[in-house]
Amino acid sequence: MSDYESWRQFAASWGMAYFAAIFVVAVIFAMLPSRKRAYDEAAQIPLRDD
Amino acid sequence: MSTSVAAKSVRTGEAGLAIVLLALAFAAIFITSRAYTGAFAFHTSLFAIASFAGAAAIAWRYQHREAETPLMIDGRPNYNFGPVKFMSLAALFWGLAGTSVGLYLALELAFPWLNFSTAYINFGRLRPLHTSAVIFAFGGNVLLSTSFYVVQRTCRARLAGDLAPWFVALGYNFFIVIAGTGYLLGITRSHEYAEPEWYATSFLVVVWVTYLLVFLGTIARRVEPHIYVANWFYLAFIVTIAVLVLGNNTEVPVSLFSSKSYPVWSGVQDAMIQWWYGHNAVGFFLTAGFLAIMYYFVPKRAERPVYSYRLSIVHFWALIFLYIWAGPHHLHYTALPDWAQTLGMTFSIMLWMPSWGGMINGLMTLSGAWDKLRTDPVLRMMVVSIAFYGMATFEGPVMSIKEINALSHYTDWGIGHVHSGSLGWVAFVSFGALYCMIPWVFQRELYSKRLVEWHFWIATIGIVFYITSMWVAGIMQGLMWRAYTDQGYLEYSFVETVQAMHPMYVIRALGGAMFVSGIVIMIFNIYKTLASPALAPAPGLGAAQLAPAE
Repeated sequence: MSDYESWRQFAASWGMAYFAAIFVVAVIFAMLPSRKRAYDEAAQIPLRDD
Repeated sequence: MSTSVAAKSVRTGEAGLAIVLLALAFAAIFITSRAYTGAFAFHTSLFAIASFAGAAAIAWRYQHREAETPLMIDGRPNYNFGPVKFMSLAALFWGLAGTSVGLYLALELAFPWLNFSTAYINFGRLRPLHTSAVIFAFGGNVLLSTSFYVVQRTCRARLAGDLAPWFVALGYNFFIVIAGTGYLLGITRSHEYAEPEWYATSFLVVVWVTYLLVFLGTIARRVEPHIYVANWFYLAFIVTIAVLVLGNNTEVPVSLFSSKSYPVWSGVQDAMIQWWYGHNAVGFFLTAGFLAIMYYFVPKRAERPVYSYRLSIVHFWALIFLYIWAGPHHLHYTALPDWAQTLGMTFSIMLWMPSWGGMINGLMTLSGAWDKLRTDPVLRMMVVSIAFYGMATFEGPVMSIKEINALSHYTDWGIGHVHSGSLGWVAFVSFGALYCMIPWVFQRELYSKRLVEWHFWIATIGIVFYITSMWVAGIMQGLMWRAYTDQGYLEYSFVETVQAMHPMYVIRALGGAMFVSGIVIMIFNIYKTLASPALAPAPGLGAAQLAPAE
């Protein structure tokens, strides 16, 4: 297997799985119901006058 | 105008930057004396003049500033809006300049004699001047000024850095001048949207890293516990643009005394890096940065929180993870490996989800307040921009499909698509943000809402003329290119397709003229706004601000 082929194989398998896993974790964290309070507060940041 | 009794002393940053600028000035003079070409000598002279001017500005500012710059005044943040003011007005100037050049190019395409057989204003040299002026000069100044405004207001903290924000504001605009004059003089790397040569780009990298540090420093001193989502988008924009510029400018100059450089990689590798850069400039400069504007200015103007904060977080992560892979769709049916083309196409289609999620989030922020669209043309401008964002991000993935790309690529359909995104989305959301922000930072009442109405309608109709004429021209051009006779010969010569497109080119120029007229109306409106008497300043605002160093 050429050097190019092995890098390509690695990127298209483990590399993709790695990125996909981080993405899934980030989305699950964003969707946690317990985050609702923090989000409601954060959404008000532009509207609160200082 | 120093009234402070405290002893004033020169700050380390002031002395340090002044010394660096003087050193740069002398280095530039040395390079000028040995420059290979007159054009390069002209640029290094500009560097010398600008460096001396910068050092003089530091001395001037030292004379006029207070001894201390407090972070808080009466328990409120002492916001630094000087650079915001400068760049918001610079954006208006570059917006008019860039779109006027675009209009001239449209007229050159319809009436080629308009280049008067002059090298300096032929299509090839003016075109990068147009694209850079509207994207990097207009769009860049809008992004930099709004980001400095939003990060301060949402962190409730003064901008980090003493001279740094001004270095970013003035340095970035100096880069624009170097890049733009270079195109007219024939200095170019010939990479689309990455034309500036090594010395201009090197200077830009210094400015950009300073920008990142100012932004991060401001977030670090925030009073708000949460980092508002608009700042996430701004940060993604700043970091990614740094990575992209460094990646796509891996090049070796011929000599310190020459403007010319050569990229390290060549052929299809260079093409792939270029379109990894090019499409992510669309994704992170023209999309992520302006989404940050949407997430701050639409809720602020509508006086309602964003429809779903949770959706905005998912929007952010999905955009970050997907956009970075879409570049290869610019290289369909080329020497690029098939798998890479398919990868680019697949990720482009997946981008529908975050794009439309974001669009829905922006539009639904208006839910329960739709009546404001009738009375507030500024808000209407921003809402229409979000609709154009949805339209352009629907069309883009369609065009990335290989079979459709076979028809659309290299035709004016692409030009139409780019302009529905850049005029409809980027420029409209920028106009909306500037109509909000300029009165806020200058503490003025906007002069006329009726003029905003005129701007809105003239520009909107202009965009419609532009996009529809380019759809017709592009699809016709694509079909004519692939038409064969019974004997298997091409049915049309190239010049026949050019002749056939002439009426559409005239309509496109008309649309462009309308869009430019809208900007002229806007500049008049802003001028009258600034000429009006200031409103009573809110406490903590306006006091002890930096004077603009010009």
